[in-house]
Amino acid sequence: MPGKTYVQTNINGEHVDFLCEPRQSLLECLRDVIGLTGTKEGCNDGNCGACTVEMDGRIVTSCLVLGVEAEGKEITTIEGIADGSTLHPIQQSFLENAALQCGICTPGFIVASKSLLDQNPDPTEHEIRFWLANNLCRCTGYDKIIRAVQDAAVKMQEA
Amino acid sequence: MATTRDYEPNVVLSNQDYNVVGTRPLRPDGADKVTGRALYGADFAAAGLLSGSVLRSPHAHARIKSIDTSKAEALDGVRAVVTSADFPQGGEGPVVWQRDNVLASDKALYRGHAIAAVAAASPHIAEEAVSLIDVDYEVLTPVTDVQSSMKGDAPILHDSLMTDELGEKADKASNVASHFQHVKGDVKAGFKEADVVIEREFTTKTVHQGYIEPQAATALWNNDGRLHIWCSTQGSFAARDACAKILDIPVSQIRVVPLEIGGGFGGKIDVYLEPVAALLSKKTGTPVKLVMSRADVLQGTGPTPGSYAKIKIGAKKDGTITAAHAYLAMEAGAYPGSPVGAGAMCVLAPYDLENALVDGYDVVVNKPKTAAYRAPGAPNAAFAGEQVIDEVAKAIGMDPIDFRMKNAAKEGTRQVHGPTFPRVGYEEVLEAMKSHPHYNAPLDGPNQGRGVAVGFWFNIGFDSACNIAVNADGTVTLQEGSTDIGGTRASIAMQAAEVLTLPYEKVHPTVVDTDTIGFTAVTGGSRTTFATGWAAYEAAQDVRTKMIDRAAQIWEVDADTVELEDAVFKSKSDPELSMTFAELAGQLGRSGGGITGTAAVSPSGVGGAFAGNIVDVEVDPETGKTEILRFTVVQDAGKAIHPSYVEGQMQGGAVQGIGWALNEEYYMSDSGTMDNVSLLDYRMPTSLDLPMIDTVIVEVANPGHPYGVRGVGEAPIIPPTPAIANAIENAIGTRLFALPMNPAAVAKAVMDK
Repeated sequence: MPGKTYVQTNINGEHVDFLCEPRQSLLECLRDVIGLTGTKEGCNDGNCGACTVEMDGRIVTSCLVLGVEAEGKEITTIEGIADGSTLHPIQQSFLENAALQCGICTPGFIVASKSLLDQNPDPTEHEIRFWLANNLCRCTGYDKIIRAVQDAAVKMQEA
Repeated sequence: MATTRDYEPNVVLSNQDYNVVGTRPLRPDGADKVTGRALYGADFAAAGLLSGSVLRSPHAHARIKSIDTSKAEALDGVRAVVTSADFPQGGEGPVVWQRDNVLASDKALYRGHAIAAVAAASPHIAEEAVSLIDVDYEVLTPVTDVQSSMKGDAPILHDSLMTDELGEKADKASNVASHFQHVKGDVKAGFKEADVVIEREFTTKTVHQGYIEPQAATALWNNDGRLHIWCSTQGSFAARDACAKILDIPVSQIRVVPLEIGGGFGGKIDVYLEPVAALLSKKTGTPVKLVMSRADVLQGTGPTPGSYAKIKIGAKKDGTITAAHAYLAMEAGAYPGSPVGAGAMCVLAPYDLENALVDGYDVVVNKPKTAAYRAPGAPNAAFAGEQVIDEVAKAIGMDPIDFRMKNAAKEGTRQVHGPTFPRVGYEEVLEAMKSHPHYNAPLDGPNQGRGVAVGFWFNIGFDSACNIAVNADGTVTLQEGSTDIGGTRASIAMQAAEVLTLPYEKVHPTVVDTDTIGFTAVTGGSRTTFATGWAAYEAAQDVRTKMIDRAAQIWEVDADTVELEDAVFKSKSDPELSMTFAELAGQLGRSGGGITGTAAVSPSGVGGAFAGNIVDVEVDPETGKTEILRFTVVQDAGKAIHPSYVEGQMQGGAVQGIGWALNEEYYMSDSGTMDNVSLLDYRMPTSLDLPMIDTVIVEVANPGHPYGVRGVGEAPIIPPTPAIANAIENAIGTRLFALPMNPAAVAKAVMDK
């Protein structure tokens, strides 16, 4: 078995370095090596979106990124979305709109939704549905999630 | 694509106003769940934790001749290997089936059946070790669908399984575990009275619950002999009791700590990993964590059955149904226990029938043992029954809602399987459907169609416990044993707050482990807000009484003269005597000690739930693709404690039904293996496939609950498949009799027309 690789990254605004096996995914590194378990595994093959994180400004499913590929990258996980003790407007909006039931897909949805609103502050319903189509939710039927993103978009524009 | 509508998309037709009940506060576990802090099954960590992996059968049906684990055990980093031989042996019937399902003994009965498991220093080493286990299989012919499995020449799964034929045991092995009947009146005579009789056959494929969190469990068999399990489960006590049976140890030797659960829908009631992790921990003396992959989930955990149904309904020209016969056969998977019993209770439930007969068949096949999935059995049955109802209504020229109303089950109607309905809200649901703007809006294009259908689910009561303690600052803590899958911490705390006249924010609920609370049955059967909510209501009444007694004691007055209103204790006789809840709470310590309330309940006043759908579709006649244009769910909730989460159940159930109707199925190969073992190929609905899902909550109070709650989780998944089938028929002029109604099936129906 090959030895571990030394990886230096920036996660949620802070320098993080870690050792990982070449076969470990970024998802495994986040959860098992670094201890950031907010990013979830639902399928481990890029189809459910529960492990969505932002890497250098783009959202990726972290199960399809190798840990060693994180070298030099800037990564935002669900743990980096709130501003200290203040929830991000999207997080607040998910709560107020009851946009989660079991909550396992919620971190992925929030990271993906934030990325959408960062790039497109006033999306149509169709644009929201298209953007979030790689994030599966089995509880809500998406209705309240879509409404939460719409609501957050309004509040962020007013702010 | 969904458009803005000129009406309110989510309506509550409320029956009574309360202070807290019926409002929409934030859920108490919300902050943890939007920040990633909440700990789910796979997030658990402990010092010295080992990772496990499970070897699964590549064959759908095979005799296990031998298992050689020596190479796996020799791999560096491997700490233990277990097989079914490590379980206590003996017993017969259900306990053996349950144990064999967790780790196969003599036979592998489906692809994905667990055979052996490894504990190692890392998940990757455990996976490598699993691949080094040699199993000598004698491969047998599989049978994977219900109709083939019922035939006389089908390969037999269990040599000891004899059909229970209407209560009589047969004397030769069969895959039909049982045949039962419910009879009311005389169906032969009833069909003779009919002007129109329609009989149709239907099939449905196996589908999966599709929770996003794979099963995960960690076990520590401690050095003092106690077994601790941290897992994602719908029922910590159910998991404890199942492990006790399989491991043959007393329930008190096990503590189950429920972690947050990432969806279940019935699929996280049975145990799979917990007893195996326990064996591995016993062998290693350290905690061991097992987590399923998505392929493991699809191949190794309970789907809901594929099924066959034949429905015959007769009616007079005036719309009176004269007789109905439902024949239901459902796949149990590898061991007996399909949900056909529940399907048989629900299939004809919406109708007040003089003459009816239901035949049910429970049939084993070489697929994973089925587990509960949201109103188990009822959607399969309704896909059949509600289409024949639609066809009969058309044949006699009646509006399908009027036809249902004319024959509607109501208070006093005797159901085919025996019980008489208490007050139910079915007629009110039909009225809300008939008067909804959706039902009265014109369709606007060719190839569009509208369908309606209804569904019934009986709901369950069972045991629940609750503890409430008063804090010195006037808040209370609430402990309950129901794992919270969709906001029930809120709906339970709200019922306690209502009794104590406190604001919702003053009640702090926690879901606790099996050592900390009295026995509480599973979060399932639409029971949690009903039964655990009732336990909270009773525990809060206990606190309320004790607080009133204490105020009376301090004031030296009779307790009868003290009342609690808007969180203030008052004396009815002396207006000078008044004290807020918080003021009294602050004095408890120096007036006789703290106050706690407890309750353990097993409520019998369960209220059944009726739901109905109105759906508009547009079918592309060339590709066969069906688009859902508009979808409205109407349901009697009894009383919606937290309407947002009731709407969430209605919307989520509807969308699972949409997936079942249009996409989802296990593609089975000739060798009996599932070919689509990923979420790319087992395709569940995405946000892009759907419009908004509109809701109408009808409230016809359940007289069997203090606030009128009925339970709402399951009924919403029942009407979608027939409602969509009826809408497709309306759009293309031909009916589909098999699920899923995917583009290939719809295109074929259009071509065959």
